[in-house]
Amino acid sequence: MGLAESVSDKRRLPVERPSVGVIGVTLVYLVADLAVKLTGTTVFAFGFRVIGGSLSVGGLFSMVLDGLLVGLAVGLAGIGLSMTYSILDFANFAHGDTVTVGAFLGWVAAYIVAGVGTDATLASLFLFGTNLQLSVASTLGPVLLGLVVAGVGTVAVVLLIDRLTYRPMRESDNISLLIASIGVALALRYLIAFVFGTQTSGVASSGAQFRLLPGLAITDNEIALLVVGAALMVGVHLLLQRTKLGKAMRAMADNEDLARVTGIPTERVIRLTWILGGGLAGIGGYLLVLESETIAFNFGWILLLLIFAAVIVGGIGSIYGAMAGGVLIGLVDSLALIWLPSGLTRAAAFAALIVVLLLRPSGIFGGVSTA
Amino acid sequence: MSATENVREQLESLPDYGLVALFLAGIWLILTVLAFAVGGPQAPNLAAGFIGSVTVLLGAYAILTLALNLQWGYTGLFNIGVAGFMAVGAYTTAILTAPANPEAGAVAGFGLPLWVGIPGGMLMAAIVGGLAALPALRLRADYLAIVTVALSEIIRLFVNWNGVAELSLFGVEFGTGGATGISFESPSAVVAGVVNGVGSPLVSAANGLGVSGPNVVNIVYGLTLLAVVGGSYWVLSRLVNSPFGRVLKAIREDEQVTQSLGKDTRLFKIKAFMIGCALMGLAGVLFRGSAGYISPAQFRPTITFYVFAALIIGGSGSNTGSILGAATFSALLFYLPARLGEFFPSLRGQAPGNIIEAIAGLGSLDPGPLVAYTVSNVSTLRFVLIGVVLIYIIQNRPQGLLGHRNEPAASVGLSRPRAADGGGDDE
Repeated sequence: MGLAESVSDKRRLPVERPSVGVIGVTLVYLVADLAVKLTGTTVFAFGFRVIGGSLSVGGLFSMVLDGLLVGLAVGLAGIGLSMTYSILDFANFAHGDTVTVGAFLGWVAAYIVAGVGTDATLASLFLFGTNLQLSVASTLGPVLLGLVVAGVGTVAVVLLIDRLTYRPMRESDNISLLIASIGVALALRYLIAFVFGTQTSGVASSGAQFRLLPGLAITDNEIALLVVGAALMVGVHLLLQRTKLGKAMRAMADNEDLARVTGIPTERVIRLTWILGGGLAGIGGYLLVLESETIAFNFGWILLLLIFAAVIVGGIGSIYGAMAGGVLIGLVDSLALIWLPSGLTRAAAFAALIVVLLLRPSGIFGGVSTA
Repeated sequence: MSATENVREQLESLPDYGLVALFLAGIWLILTVLAFAVGGPQAPNLAAGFIGSVTVLLGAYAILTLALNLQWGYTGLFNIGVAGFMAVGAYTTAILTAPANPEAGAVAGFGLPLWVGIPGGMLMAAIVGGLAALPALRLRADYLAIVTVALSEIIRLFVNWNGVAELSLFGVEFGTGGATGISFESPSAVVAGVVNGVGSPLVSAANGLGVSGPNVVNIVYGLTLLAVVGGSYWVLSRLVNSPFGRVLKAIREDEQVTQSLGKDTRLFKIKAFMIGCALMGLAGVLFRGSAGYISPAQFRPTITFYVFAALIIGGSGSNTGSILGAATFSALLFYLPARLGEFFPSLRGQAPGNIIEAIAGLGSLDPGPLVAYTVSNVSTLRFVLIGVVLIYIIQNRPQGLLGHRNEPAASVGLSRPRAADGGGDDE
């Protein structure tokens, strides 16, 4: 039923809403332009470049890969944001800093385990002070352990925050919760700065590189991000579709009162929302650092708006939307470089956010909550 | 508990300007005491420096908080793009007033005087605010929040882009200066000109007390900002007590009811949004551009959240509360802790370089290193404090310090029992 409605809805759209048509035409032009660019031809009219340019296939794939990598991690982090948005009904501005917390917990654990036995002191290991660079190929054990610690540790932190901050205000309106989350974000970010300082530390570097095409290579750390990210997304899908808990969560996102009347223990579902969302955010942050190779106290905060973009483009409340939106926003962020100067690609991702929110607040995949 | 109740009762009975003046005097007194406690022979100059800086900070945050209060407190528009509108105002002023023939390496502007540049900046901030408001005001409050914060980042990334750093249009050169920023006619230099000209007896009197000239200028600049705050306060009070203001409050309480009473609420919301944005643009020039230089890094979204913290502390919906919130935030939570951390040299001298060494001291039952580390990092910890205060207030006193003075959307007095006041003010 929902599918048929949404299909007919999509067919009607361009006629009733010209702005959607304009965007469609723009997208068609961009795709055509990309195709012409790949053939290496340029069409001029009246002295202006109308369409085309030059772009190598390897270069394009390399951008797609970059976008995919960032997008997967953003999508993982976005699942938690989307779930809190639909189940607890507020925009969690502390989510970016949850990502940072996970990254720091995981990397400290990985760093200490990898560095034990060398002559480095515990203090320098704790603060990433040595020149140790981890990678999947050279230090698989510590990297995997860090991944687990990032997930489990973030769950603990998030549950504590929920207990202290959000649980006493379950009945508050969504703006009060949003403001509280701004407070949580500030406190978390500067607690991390207090412990680890405000410098950027290099913690990872690729241990092996594989050439796929001319101009396109993938590192071991990037493969790890792809594999773990995809596996976790499949895992979340199975959890939601195959378990009773998943069904309860979907019911709760759809209609909380109805869920409670049906006998779903809402408080337990809320706790599980935080566990799932927090764990995935922590792992997402850990993987992002594995890919970007550096860690800083505010990287999650800077990423927050991109995560919001992913969640909104995919449709707030939809977990699959968050995953797809993450990949999509990652691709926009990376592929915008074909048409825009490098200083403006991030602005393009934010512009996509605004356009979707204005024209189709339910997200491009339709307003289906958590299904 | 009853003692604090008692104090509050007494504060309640003060008129609003008395409350603000008392608060300001208290802050100045605390800073003077601090300066004399640590300054030695330099104390008067140090105290003047403290007072000047805190007054500038306080004035700037008060303007921003008043502007946000018009949008959020009175009209219910959840704008978290404050930094973006500040940037529009500041950059427009900078481009209008930067010298047309600058020194080598600097960006050219239109070379207009500041009294043209500042209204120009406010106008541009209002126009951009209006354009943003047109489509965005249909959205739910939390969606509007995300749209505005994204817009503020787009504005910052745009002025940061080297493609607009130096432009040439019809032979006229101008630009934003990209990531390196832009220099223009400094508002504080204008104030300095007046102080050193007309106010030269004042400066020599201050020099006699051991206060340096720049510190006198800084204090006068701070007082100028307070005068702007006073002017904004007066205008906004008139505005929100007018029929226009009553419609705004009605929109905040229930937009549908207001619409059914025949008011075009969209138009009212856009107007309120534009006025607020103009004030934010003004603050962008006077605060971030006070030294005659701005760069994109000064307009990160973080500052928006500081303004929000100030408004929540003071109580949204109350202009006096906005000013007190700005004062509490900027002076007590933002400025004072940093100075306290700076001026405990005995503790700072032995402060360990990182937290591991600090905690290691606890092993030998010596909390000294940890305390010293904490004090020397108090400028980081104050943000944790701000976050915790924000959570505490939203949980326990969502109406803020003075939000209970929220005016009802009615022209006649609606006397209600005290227990029921402030209904719906946190919506």
